[in-house]
Amino acid sequence: MTTLPVEPLPAPAPAPDAASPTPHAPQAGWRILRGVNAGDRLYRAALTALALALPLLLLALLAELVASAWPALTRFGGRFLWTSVWDPVAGVFGAAPMIFGTLASSLLALVIAVPLALGVAIYLTEFAPKWLRQPVAFLVELLAAIPSVVYGLWGIFVLIPFLRTYVVPPLRAVVGWTPFFDGVFYGNSLLAGAMILAIMIVPYIAAVSREVLVAVPSSQREAAVGMGATRWEAVWTAVVPYGRAGLIGAVILGLGRALGETMAVTMVIGNRHDIGLSVLQPAYTMAAALANEFSEATTDLYLSALFEVGLILFVITVVVNACARLLIWRVARGTAVGSRAL
Amino acid sequence: MTARRLRRRVVSTLMTGLVGVLSFLAVLALVLILGNLIAKGASSLDWSFFTRNPVPAGEAGGGVANAIVGTVIVVGLAALIGLPVGIGTGLYLAEYGSGRLGWIVRFVADVLNGTPSIVVGIFAWTWLVKPMGHFSAFAGSVALAVLMIPMLARTTEEMVRLVPHSLREAALALGYPRWRTSLRVVARTALAGIVTGSLVGIARIAGETAPLLFTALGNLNFSTSVTQPMQTLSLQIYTYATGPFAEWHRLAWAAALVLMGLVLLLSLAARWAVRSRHGAPPAPPAPPAR
Repeated sequence: MTTLPVEPLPAPAPAPDAASPTPHAPQAGWRILRGVNAGDRLYRAALTALALALPLLLLALLAELVASAWPALTRFGGRFLWTSVWDPVAGVFGAAPMIFGTLASSLLALVIAVPLALGVAIYLTEFAPKWLRQPVAFLVELLAAIPSVVYGLWGIFVLIPFLRTYVVPPLRAVVGWTPFFDGVFYGNSLLAGAMILAIMIVPYIAAVSREVLVAVPSSQREAAVGMGATRWEAVWTAVVPYGRAGLIGAVILGLGRALGETMAVTMVIGNRHDIGLSVLQPAYTMAAALANEFSEATTDLYLSALFEVGLILFVITVVVNACARLLIWRVARGTAVGSRAL
Repeated sequence: MTARRLRRRVVSTLMTGLVGVLSFLAVLALVLILGNLIAKGASSLDWSFFTRNPVPAGEAGGGVANAIVGTVIVVGLAALIGLPVGIGTGLYLAEYGSGRLGWIVRFVADVLNGTPSIVVGIFAWTWLVKPMGHFSAFAGSVALAVLMIPMLARTTEEMVRLVPHSLREAALALGYPRWRTSLRVVARTALAGIVTGSLVGIARIAGETAPLLFTALGNLNFSTSVTQPMQTLSLQIYTYATGPFAEWHRLAWAAALVLMGLVLLLSLAARWAVRSRHGAPPAPPAPPAR
């Protein structure tokens, strides 16, 4: 009788000789070292699948918006962008007033918010006493935690009465002759919308700007002060220019926020489908149109027109956000600067 | 020469003062809003406000019990959907995100972070409400989850990246496979940060209204069925604030105070989660080497 051939036992441990390049040596040792085993492969595959959800979501969003907006897109073409008639009964749609209102309210909000937010960021990184920095930064960031609808409520019952009593009369007395402050002030207006938006985007711009300014090497400040600059001159000539790209990114990020903001603006801007130069008059935004009219759209064409509004809004915000991201990444490559604030 | 020097010093002092005043204004805005919420809302917070459902328009009294329960359900379900995907994406970005796909995912997350929530709302309407044939709390939760995932992914990534490399190397050297290293050593070390990110994410979606307008829709009655329309605090505030009755406005302020309290509680819990672990709020991530 001959002994039965026994399967050689696999090496019990990844001994050092597993490293020798003999073709018959079990590769298990290397596999462990390279981190390739079933568990790892599964783990990586699962994480990759989860991570793919986001790009797929973006594609799905875009595809769905385009598909649903298609009837309006083909029917109105470019006229949708620059005509002002919005008549659901006649089936004629032109979104120019909403696009104008969205841009006007957001840009006006930036004019108010940017000095405020940059001031906060500069004060907190350069001038504030150490013990004050964290609390103030936290309080300003809390502004971002206030829900949009609460801003709207506050806008209706506090901000608008305040504007009516204390801001608009003196404003009209001084600059009432310009077309920008024309007409009767009823409360709900472009100005109220822009003010609310400004307060809402301050925390975003301030938080990202602060992180950008913190990332500026202190050698910049030291060099400027060493050459005889005052503290403000050091900040304004050496620190701010150094972080310029990131600061512009922060502002554009705030713009993106303002463009897409819905509830607060809907509640105070007046929702009038018209283009007017006066900031005291009601206006309309794309987001407000969606909030007000989407559930009331009775015809397919009406619904499709609203989807096109959503598509335009989406594309604008994606482009704006992409620009902001690229600028901020240039300053702080690969880190998630500002993502916490978002 | 001295005049010029004086001018420079005056400018410096003035600008320092100006940025200080601007910071004060920003904090003042917060104080004003919170102060108004308390002044106008606190007096309406009584037992019936929390335990009763809304009464028909024009009648006095009533509460928002249905909206409070609805908020918890809609937001809780959104967290159930959003947390695994968001945290998983964040882990992917931190562990395997150095390649091209990582760049794309990171970029898409940042871009989606700024997507108007109303657009996500109409997206959820087309994909869930329209096929199902009716509004539902579930559709609202999905919309909120979509809003939450990008932010959560980026915070998780940031937190996981803060874990020292030596810890990972030590685990690998002991023969731990990568996946266990990632989950049991790296992710666990970053847990406090991930919990913080999750709480901040939940706080953010708890106040959202726009994506719920065409999904959860709102409901006058008490409902716990996720396949049916459901009321949330944010929707209730919108209805009451834009309505014509003084009684509604009173309830809107009270509901806003409750919602704000909920959001603040989550935000403070988020800070506490980090603090309890590290003894102090985390320093901002170190600037990258240039």
